[in-house]
Amino acid sequence: MASHAHAETLAVQEQFDTAAQQKDASGLGMWIFLITEIMFFGGLFLVYIVYRSKYPDVFGAASRSLNATIGAINTAVLLCSSFTMVLAVRAGQLGRRKAIIVFLILTLILGFVFLGVKAYEWNEKFQEHHIPGPSFLMEGVAEQGHAQLFFSLYFAMTGLHALHMVIGAGLLSVLLWQAWRGKFSAAYYTPIDMVGLYWHFVDIIWIYLFPLLYLIDRHGPKP
Amino acid sequence: MITAAVEQRETYLNASYGLKSWLLTKDHKRIALLYLGTITLFFFIGGVFATLIRLELLTPRGNLVSSDTYNKLFTMHGVVMVFFFLIPSIPATLGNFFLPMMIGARDLAFPRINLLSWYLLVIGGLFAIFAMVAGGVDTGWTFYTPYSTSYSNTWVIATALGIFVAGFSSILTGLNFIVTVHRMRAPGLTWFRLPLFVWAHYATALIQVLGTPVLAVTLALVFCERVFHIGIFDPALGGDPVLFQHMFWFYSHPAVYIMILPAMGVMSELISTFSRKRIFGYGFVAFSSVAIAVLGFLVWGHHLFVAGQSLYAGMVFSFLSYFVAIPSAIKVFNWTATLYKGSISYDTPMLYAFGFIGLFTIGGLTGLFVACLGFDVHVTDTYFVVAHFHYIMVGGAIMAYLGGLHYWWPKMTGRMYPEGWAKLSALVIFLGFNLTFFPQFILGYLGMPRRYHVYPDEFQVLHVLSTAGASVLAVGYVMPIVYLAWSLRYGKLAGDNPWKATGLEWRTASPPPPHNFDVMPVVTHEAYDYSTTVGEAIEVG
Repeated sequence: MASHAHAETLAVQEQFDTAAQQKDASGLGMWIFLITEIMFFGGLFLVYIVYRSKYPDVFGAASRSLNATIGAINTAVLLCSSFTMVLAVRAGQLGRRKAIIVFLILTLILGFVFLGVKAYEWNEKFQEHHIPGPSFLMEGVAEQGHAQLFFSLYFAMTGLHALHMVIGAGLLSVLLWQAWRGKFSAAYYTPIDMVGLYWHFVDIIWIYLFPLLYLIDRHGPKP
Repeated sequence: MITAAVEQRETYLNASYGLKSWLLTKDHKRIALLYLGTITLFFFIGGVFATLIRLELLTPRGNLVSSDTYNKLFTMHGVVMVFFFLIPSIPATLGNFFLPMMIGARDLAFPRINLLSWYLLVIGGLFAIFAMVAGGVDTGWTFYTPYSTSYSNTWVIATALGIFVAGFSSILTGLNFIVTVHRMRAPGLTWFRLPLFVWAHYATALIQVLGTPVLAVTLALVFCERVFHIGIFDPALGGDPVLFQHMFWFYSHPAVYIMILPAMGVMSELISTFSRKRIFGYGFVAFSSVAIAVLGFLVWGHHLFVAGQSLYAGMVFSFLSYFVAIPSAIKVFNWTATLYKGSISYDTPMLYAFGFIGLFTIGGLTGLFVACLGFDVHVTDTYFVVAHFHYIMVGGAIMAYLGGLHYWWPKMTGRMYPEGWAKLSALVIFLGFNLTFFPQFILGYLGMPRRYHVYPDEFQVLHVLSTAGASVLAVGYVMPIVYLAWSLRYGKLAGDNPWKATGLEWRTASPPPPHNFDVMPVVTHEAYDYSTTVGEAIEVG
């Protein structure tokens, strides 16, 4: 095994020379991963732009059928979870094990609240026949197909976002377990930092989804 | 004396033994060999489909396979060759093996993610193989809607899932390369001292990272469309099938450059080494890779000239497509200029390199033909296009892949391949390739459409020529498998630097030790510094 002249006492993987280089590489890797995520969601945003510009009236009417209040509450929940995530990262920087655990748990809880509210909203759509498919019906709209497109996008985008939240919750759980076992210290908290970046990214996606899905053409006639 | 040294020394091959030591390895060199085995398997699966296609086309009637089977054959040939052979080919094998060594690193930045990439390719490949065994898929490798979403009764979902999963393999490889090049370079190895192979892989990685996610989401939408009928590409609900083509080609045109850019990187190494000369216009060659990567994202619309795209959009895309010729030509001219007054030797890798220059030039120049809006309307969906992209993707990418494989074979295995056989195979492949695909340019120009297995009698002579060429080509591709395998045991020992090349990868033993270098290198000179003696080029620090 090659001996590393600059190796520090911390867990530096053998391909790196120093802990700083390792941390740096992780950060860059995470940012590039987030860029791939932007391109991934970008495809859906593109589809949204195309059909909203093609069918602005139907998209407005369909958007008004969503419950903006619940959406706003959920946005607030998610923003709070980003705040607790930042506090977890800060606790990591300071190497405070208990604080890391507390803030990770809070972030997890807020994440699950968001998903719960989302599930409630999706369930509402089922009852209102706003699920794309043979029994789709949206009253007051002539172009049922175009309204379906809106809801297809609604489910595709919020569904993909929710999937990312579930993955995020899984990552938080792993962190929690690692924090419990005392893996993190002021010198090594990179995983918390990286999951933090991911969590904020998922949050930002929602920050775009919320107005694009809930808040367009709010003042048009109610369907 | 050398034999004794090789037997005693610890190499990446003998550092540990057993299946588990390979399947759970984090060593980029072993992972590269895993990829090598996997993509070789896929190459021959794709080759079997190609063989059946060429056999069917011997006669003007459809008398070997039914029309439905023929549709499946060309689809699966395309899917396997593009997504499971060409895209991983050079980056995942030669790139994986040599990128860390060329920059003087012990491994890639994320070895576990590197292993994960290989598993993703295998899982994706298993989906695709399942689809093939279960009954195949007949949409064409492009999965055009609405046929793929509403009408095809074949295994579209399994195949699309396979490509989706394999796409993440490509993304993670690209991510790994970018971080590695940024953060793992040896002391003194500045950006403009990097081998051009590294520049080419960096540019490739940019495309993999930025393009592949778009393909992933597009295929996910096709999946949703087939399963849930969400209507995004369904005109009945106001959706637009052509939107699929835009999204598909936004990835799949740059994907062509995922296949050719690493090949160009290999070319720069070969030309420089076997001319014993610094590459001419290093900076231009380096930036032309980046330029191709960037321009690649602006030209997808040239696949939609006859798809109802607006005429003005067509003109802009046509105009932009011409621009790709500039960085491509810069490379070809600079390689040629490197040869000038070089001390050229005609070893096998160099023969492949010469083959590449010839075939890529034809492929590239016919690319200008099809970029031309007016001419393209005439040859759209004909064998002219088929011949054009095979000249790039087979004539270009595979020639460079084989050239690179021969060039680095001594480093990878510690053994030389048999030079006589290797030269013969390079020649056979070059002749077989031209005989296969040159007649297809004429066929296409005369109006032979692609994806048809019944054709007018007057085309038969050219089709027979093409099939004859394919037989020669097949022999050429089987030969390296046989003699490279033979050389593993019987090839003569290579020594550390059989080509007297300057790259860092030649500064260590063949095969390399597990962490590549016994003493980590410090770089004091630019790449391709053939002016000084090899020993002085890099100080060992």
